[in-house]
Amino acid sequence: MKEAKPIGEFCIRSKARHVVIIGNGISGVTCARHLRKRDSSSRITIVSGETQHFFSRTALMYIYMGHMKYEHTKPYEDWFWEKNRLDLVQDWVTSIDFEQKRLAFNNREPLKYDILVLALGSKSNLFDWPGQDLQGVQGLYSYQDLQSMEVNTRGCQRAVVVGGGLIGIEMAEMLRSRDIPVTFLVREQAFWDNVLPLEEAQLVGRHIREHHIDLRLGAELERILDDGTGNVKAVVTKDGEEIPCQFVGLTVGVSPNIDLVRNTRLEISKGILVDEHFATNIPNVFAIGDCVEYRTPPPMRRPVEQVWYTGRMHGETLAHNLAHEPVPYKPGPWFNSAKFLDIEYQTYGLVPSKWEEPVGSFYWEHPAGKKCLRLLFDNSTRQLLGVNIFGMRLRHELFDEALRSNTAVEEVLEQLHKANFDPEFYDRHYAEILQKFNQQFGTNLQLRREKKQKSLWAYFGF
Amino acid sequence: MNIIQKVGLGLFLVSLLFFNALLFMGEFRLTEQKLREVTSEQHYEVLRQELQPMLNKNYGSSFSFVMDFESSLDNYNQRQEESEQWDRVIWDDYTFAATKVASEGLVAQNKLLLLLLTVGLGVLGALLNILPKYRDEPTGIKHNGVMFSSNKSRGIIGITLGVYLIGIYVLLYWFPAYIVNWTLLVDPLSRILSGGPASQWFLYGTIYTLAILVMGVRMFRKYRGNKYQLLRTSSVMFFQLSFAFLIPEILVLLNKPWHDFKNIWPLDYTFFYNYRVEGMLSSGSIGMLMFVSGILLIILGVPLLTYFYGKRWYCSWVCGCGGLAETAGDPYRHLSDKSLNAWLVERWMVHGVLVFAVVMTGVTIVNYFSGFALLGQWTNTLHEWYGFLIGAAFAGVVGVGFYPLMGNRVWCRFGCPLAAYLGIVQRFKSRFRITTNGGQCISCGNCSTYCEMGIDVRWYAQRGQNIVRASCVGCGVCASVCPRGVLKLENGPEQGRISDIPILTGNESINVLS
Repeated sequence: MKEAKPIGEFCIRSKARHVVIIGNGISGVTCARHLRKRDSSSRITIVSGETQHFFSRTALMYIYMGHMKYEHTKPYEDWFWEKNRLDLVQDWVTSIDFEQKRLAFNNREPLKYDILVLALGSKSNLFDWPGQDLQGVQGLYSYQDLQSMEVNTRGCQRAVVVGGGLIGIEMAEMLRSRDIPVTFLVREQAFWDNVLPLEEAQLVGRHIREHHIDLRLGAELERILDDGTGNVKAVVTKDGEEIPCQFVGLTVGVSPNIDLVRNTRLEISKGILVDEHFATNIPNVFAIGDCVEYRTPPPMRRPVEQVWYTGRMHGETLAHNLAHEPVPYKPGPWFNSAKFLDIEYQTYGLVPSKWEEPVGSFYWEHPAGKKCLRLLFDNSTRQLLGVNIFGMRLRHELFDEALRSNTAVEEVLEQLHKANFDPEFYDRHYAEILQKFNQQFGTNLQLRREKKQKSLWAYFGF
Repeated sequence: MNIIQKVGLGLFLVSLLFFNALLFMGEFRLTEQKLREVTSEQHYEVLRQELQPMLNKNYGSSFSFVMDFESSLDNYNQRQEESEQWDRVIWDDYTFAATKVASEGLVAQNKLLLLLLTVGLGVLGALLNILPKYRDEPTGIKHNGVMFSSNKSRGIIGITLGVYLIGIYVLLYWFPAYIVNWTLLVDPLSRILSGGPASQWFLYGTIYTLAILVMGVRMFRKYRGNKYQLLRTSSVMFFQLSFAFLIPEILVLLNKPWHDFKNIWPLDYTFFYNYRVEGMLSSGSIGMLMFVSGILLIILGVPLLTYFYGKRWYCSWVCGCGGLAETAGDPYRHLSDKSLNAWLVERWMVHGVLVFAVVMTGVTIVNYFSGFALLGQWTNTLHEWYGFLIGAAFAGVVGVGFYPLMGNRVWCRFGCPLAAYLGIVQRFKSRFRITTNGGQCISCGNCSTYCEMGIDVRWYAQRGQNIVRASCVGCGVCASVCPRGVLKLENGPEQGRISDIPILTGNESINVLS
């Protein structure tokens, strides 16, 4: 709060100001919701060409797999928006006039704004592969992508997914749910090994193969072949192998979706450049979410962060800043989670794929090879730096607290069972984990017994 | 589906078809001797006269038989009523018993064989279809294709099945005489267990128990690797087979009243009816045990166990309605309505039924102690209406018949007075809650979609708020389907259980008050 800016400079504060948010993803919608909580008088409009209502983009895969329908992925019922006076506009913005403060649309009349929030999201990366524009070749990010995947995979005999990241494995799982054979081309030597340490990457790799996905490590896409009618026929790898397929998923990462603001006064680099309050170089224009690039990243953070949670926190923070004295964006310890087919993954703090002195590592893996735990810590101060956990669940609050208070790794291990978040009756491995640590580091740590709450049986003397 | 599964499905469908065809088979012929078997002495004389044209006549179906039987009886009763001879009117319902003894031929002569060819083959077929499920697949819950399924997603198969189930319940409750052929099949089993012939309720109990057992096996396949679900399913299977099916029948064999020890008032709404209380009190120490344990469960068991474990100890671990919902109903769990409106309707309805049950029971007890003088007529009317509206129409027809239309917990959510009672305890004085894991929710919606009670779990999870809801039966499926490990069913300290203004972990810029 100390670093707060004076009110007047940050944005227009008039009572009837019109705040227009482009993008109805988690960042834009969170910003709108929190702004409405804090400010009942502003007119707030959310613009999106993608869908009329907010839906959870992370759930796109479940719609394709038949776990949910589109309606199920909407976090709020349709009456929510009118009740909270959040106007919805469904149309694509074609250009922004920053001088006149006006948006032009594909179909509807232009819209004036006083404050503009750009929450434009990401788009799938493409690397100018020959054939990438063929019918049947696509990425997966938007609702429209999902619709085209539905069409493109109809009657598909074999599919190829290119790129070993989170969207790639999701796409492979989606295709397998419809019994479509999948070849999964991953450039790295282990799955997602630019993020995951080797053991974790191998654990996931084994699980991918267990799902009958043809995982090809160290394989790169060379070009995509045309069947003569504009549809994909096969892909050719850098090794010269031709893999026949009718569908190609290109999931080699995403980048900020900033084509709309290219060649304008708005300063961009990889993403829209913002300060620590999410202000751009143009007054009363702000940007949040995937499309953002920090001019000065928060400590230990990358300049572009494209996950659900950061998007949400951007929205929360900017909503505060538009309504009150602006505060800088200050995320707590990093956290993230994902699910690789059936194996859940959670991470708290920072666990990079590689580390060097003074960082130390402890790794435990369950004999069945589907659960593991990694702790990174500072060898000299013993301070916990981060944790990766696969196939088990750990409490966010406890790790958030441990990381913020620089707790020693031994201290965390002795209390690991308190962080247990697995369902009741699940096997617990905390004693085994501790034993392994004791062996490896010559310590004599013991699980600290929880003060058991009295159960019903205790009252009867059992 | 592999070949074995297809064969299994085929067998199941054929046996189901055959089972239904049985209703139209056999012949019906009433003789004086048969009539004497099922009627009281004085009615026998009257009925013998009245049914004279029917006796020894061959009927090709139960439908024509029942029609003739009832019209003769109605005819007689009408005459008595017109001449105001009220004491001569026959109030007893002999239709089911008479139709059953009258059944001859194929079904009556081949009970065991036909039981094996219908129910037995159906169970075999279902198991052949279920057991190979998810073979060679890693453990993990697969809801693949649920939304594309005609059966599970209110398609033509789902609607047909719903209508079929509704039809079965209507026959069972109000026209049992039309399904005597089915009850004949389970006669041998009934004679072994209770020593007597099978009523429509024994038939119902048998099919109901088999449904829970067979579909329980399906749960074992679907949730393999998930110990909470496996234990819970084993528990409902055990309680149904022993407490709800075998023990009550054995009690009858021992000349004791039929009694399900785990059924609790007000779900067991007849518990305080005169005939039940008298039955229990006149049955020695076992009867006393029934009466005392029943009352202890109401006043101590429910509040105490619900305080420690939440209402799940009953609804998704013990209860028979819950047992069927959690096994046979599992494929339909996502069909529950999650809207705010549905929640509003739910609260009014379920608590309304609770009030109805309490008032009715109160009147019954007052009536009992006032020597039946004050409220006699009233009590009977109340009993009739409650039995018809709640006991039969709501719990049965809607409760199960609507599985493929509105999800598997329609009765539990909107109608069960015991669930309402358990829910009040769970909401206000319990250690049970569903904890959300900090800021890890991605609002995907799997939890809400697969909540059978229609709780919008996501609404709480995405704002980092514990889920404390009267209706939650603690099935644990939200926690099982969550892809990010955000939900955990827990019994913990009461302090901090309900967080009205939750703070989402992760953002230190501001305190995020959702």
